[in-house]
Amino acid sequence: MTTQTADRVMAGGAEATATEPIDVNDPSLSRFDLVREGMRRDGVEIVYYEPRFPVPGTKEEKRIVRFIAFCFLMTGVASLAFLAAFIWWPWEYEPGANINKWYTPVLGITMGVALLGIGVGLTVWAKKLLPDEVVVQERHDGPSPDDERKITGATLLHIGEETGLARRPLLKGALTLGLAPVGLMAAAPLVGGLIQRPGDLLVTTGWGPGVRLVHEDGTPVRPEDVSVGGQITVFPGVPGGTRGATAGDSATLLIHLRPEDAEETRRNALPINRGAQWGNFVAYSKICTHAGCPASLYEQQSNRLLCPCHQSQFLITDNARPVFGPAARRLPQLPIEVDEEGFFVAKSDYLTPVGPSFWERE
Amino acid sequence: MSTRRRFNPRQLPANAAGAIDDRFQVASPLRNVLNKVFPDHWSFLLGEIALFSFIVLLLTGTFLTLFFDPSMEEVTYNGSYTPLQGVEMSRAYASSLDISFDVRGGLIMRQMHHWAALLFMASLIVHMFRVFFTGAFRKPRELNWVIGITLFALGLFEGLFGYSLPDDGLSGTGMRVTFALIQSIPIIGSWLAISLAGGEFPGTLLIPRLYIAHVLLIPGLILALIAVHVGLVFKQKHTQWPGPGRTEHNVVGYRMFPNYVSKQISFFMIVFAVTALLGGLFQINPIWLFGPYNPAVVSAASQPDWYAMFLDGLVRIFPAWETRFLGYTISPLFWAGIVGMGLIITLAAIYPFLEARFTKDKAHHNLLERPRDNPNRTALGAMAITFYMVLLLSGVNDVIAERFNISLNAMTWAGRIGLLLLPPLAYYITHRICLGLQQHDREVLVHGVETGIIRRLPDGRFEEVHQPLGPVDEHGHGQLEYAGWAVPKKMNRLGALGAAVKGFFVPIEGPTPDGKGAPQAEQVEAGQKREEVTTGR
Repeated sequence: MTTQTADRVMAGGAEATATEPIDVNDPSLSRFDLVREGMRRDGVEIVYYEPRFPVPGTKEEKRIVRFIAFCFLMTGVASLAFLAAFIWWPWEYEPGANINKWYTPVLGITMGVALLGIGVGLTVWAKKLLPDEVVVQERHDGPSPDDERKITGATLLHIGEETGLARRPLLKGALTLGLAPVGLMAAAPLVGGLIQRPGDLLVTTGWGPGVRLVHEDGTPVRPEDVSVGGQITVFPGVPGGTRGATAGDSATLLIHLRPEDAEETRRNALPINRGAQWGNFVAYSKICTHAGCPASLYEQQSNRLLCPCHQSQFLITDNARPVFGPAARRLPQLPIEVDEEGFFVAKSDYLTPVGPSFWERE
Repeated sequence: MSTRRRFNPRQLPANAAGAIDDRFQVASPLRNVLNKVFPDHWSFLLGEIALFSFIVLLLTGTFLTLFFDPSMEEVTYNGSYTPLQGVEMSRAYASSLDISFDVRGGLIMRQMHHWAALLFMASLIVHMFRVFFTGAFRKPRELNWVIGITLFALGLFEGLFGYSLPDDGLSGTGMRVTFALIQSIPIIGSWLAISLAGGEFPGTLLIPRLYIAHVLLIPGLILALIAVHVGLVFKQKHTQWPGPGRTEHNVVGYRMFPNYVSKQISFFMIVFAVTALLGGLFQINPIWLFGPYNPAVVSAASQPDWYAMFLDGLVRIFPAWETRFLGYTISPLFWAGIVGMGLIITLAAIYPFLEARFTKDKAHHNLLERPRDNPNRTALGAMAITFYMVLLLSGVNDVIAERFNISLNAMTWAGRIGLLLLPPLAYYITHRICLGLQQHDREVLVHGVETGIIRRLPDGRFEEVHQPLGPVDEHGHGQLEYAGWAVPKKMNRLGALGAAVKGFFVPIEGPTPDGKGAPQAEQVEAGQKREEVTTGR
């Protein structure tokens, strides 16, 4: 069997693609003839086929081969460089500017160059060295032949008939009534184990009568801790009140209003908020009523509190009314007073649920 | 006895192949695969970027699981990153810091993972645009479109859960908003949120549950859907652009082996290389700067990753419309976050069926349409993209306001008004552009290519000489029909002024037998000698 390479093939030319079956055992056939016979059997037709370099060993071909070889060798070098850097480059974190900070970039560059070498080399190989071709394959989409559909349909119906479900209503009923609960049984432990009653989890916080307002480090807050016009974040002085699993909804903003603002706030107070203010101090929930972010940007001049997540704005001097943005509800106010030791305490928990709205709310 | 079998290594592959075929009878199916034909066009490779970045995600992600500890137990950090030493944090955050600072090569793996995730979503979306604007989703490929949209939704949640795992200050805020979104669902919201998080937010079960969703459930689904997606492309054969010899019933291109498969491998390597370079050179999600999550602390400019930003934008600009009735509440968050996202994804998913219904088009389509040839669809697409972009920009409206010194409230209003006004405007403009482009194609086919040569007629008028693209009738009008593919509009496309540009952005056609090599300018002159020059009238 000869192994000559395929030459140019063009539709309509002397070497037009064979459309007739050939005898694959014919010893005079070239390997390419066999390839074409395979394509014929697979519904594929070569209409154009030409080696990129019909004359082997030209200068251009050698140049391309050299370039591809260079790419692959570069991959080798870069890979070794990656290995060397990975092993020997100092990588531990050290404060300040130092060579260790270059560890990740060096790994990235060497790995990137190594992989680029393969990618570029192989692309050039495919585009410049592999034969140029235009190949046409028949599509066989659309429906199956009518008779096939008919036969398969009949087979399916026959199988259905063989089970006799249609003739035996008892089985049908038993199947539905008996086996459907299996699905429920399977789902029950998977889903049921997850279900938790919300109870008052979304309604109550860590606050309660007599609970001290504390800083994040747990130290109690005195009125002197907040300057006029200033604000601090306070937490309930109970176990787990400042951090951790249950501290998500208790964060509160304690604001020391200027006297005139405090007066205005007192004047504006809604019935539910009457008496919540202590002197010039007000405490509002920090958890935004829109999506639960901490509304933490307090603008002293306008007495507005802005939530940086979705830009809801609340007017502190008017019961923390939402004045702009997507929030629809006021921030709940925490009723506060000062105990005999001079520390802030809550008079009660929030009177309305803090945080985002939910179905059962009010 | 007489002939001792000698081991011949060169026979080995043939023997092995024979042994395999003896047992599994693979000769014809294998050849069928080897001979499979793929059409070639650069835009067909966009989806591959998503596929390859997913492989990078699997590789780097597996590495990360070996060091990450999805626990919300409070510990005191004592790793090597000095600024945070002694700080109370969850084990999840501490182990993420360890991956970044105390695992050799851990940081590049983390950064490659994050970059690959962005690349996955970006290429997925651009691939979706390609499929949409060329009509590749039409019958018989509607199912693959639906799978693609599902992959987008899954990818969004996979990404959101992924960047929430480190439990840092930024991502914890994202989870807080997600919890609020679930909580806003009518009737079941509070039950669902509390059940999914295993209690009050943040609780102790959130990160472990996100973790198993992120490393097992969602990637499993994505992997399965990708397999079906690619399998369907294989089974149904790829669509192709119209062109010489290309019909609805064939595929014209290269064989899968060796040509296409080499390009695939090389492209994978290039995508991998780009991810490595990004992961090594460009910092992403520096969690050590954000600190541990604290429900009481948030920084300005808290945004989700960009692919989830459109949802955040919608949540930001949606008006504060809270409904209360019979003692129950529906939060504006529900309309924006849950209904909005649901509508956007559902509309996208059912688009193929809507289009088929409205155009009464039940035919099989294997040839792609140029966007200009279906102005309605293209304009709808432009409308959708504009809608999406307004939402995306609204997702960063605080950053824009800060950088460009614009009022924050003005940005919110710009988003609200823009969301209603700009999409219809985009529809109108795109529709007009499509019609104009169509008209110009027809004009060139009838009147020929503008040569840039001005001729003065005996009566003193000036005219531009036009080169017809084919035979002309008695009025000098070309008789070529529009074939659904690019009409040459410049003389160098016809071979004047040197070789026509052929390469990356144009389909790589097999050249005509005599079209190979650099065509000379004389071809044009020969045309003129043949009196094919017309006035274009």
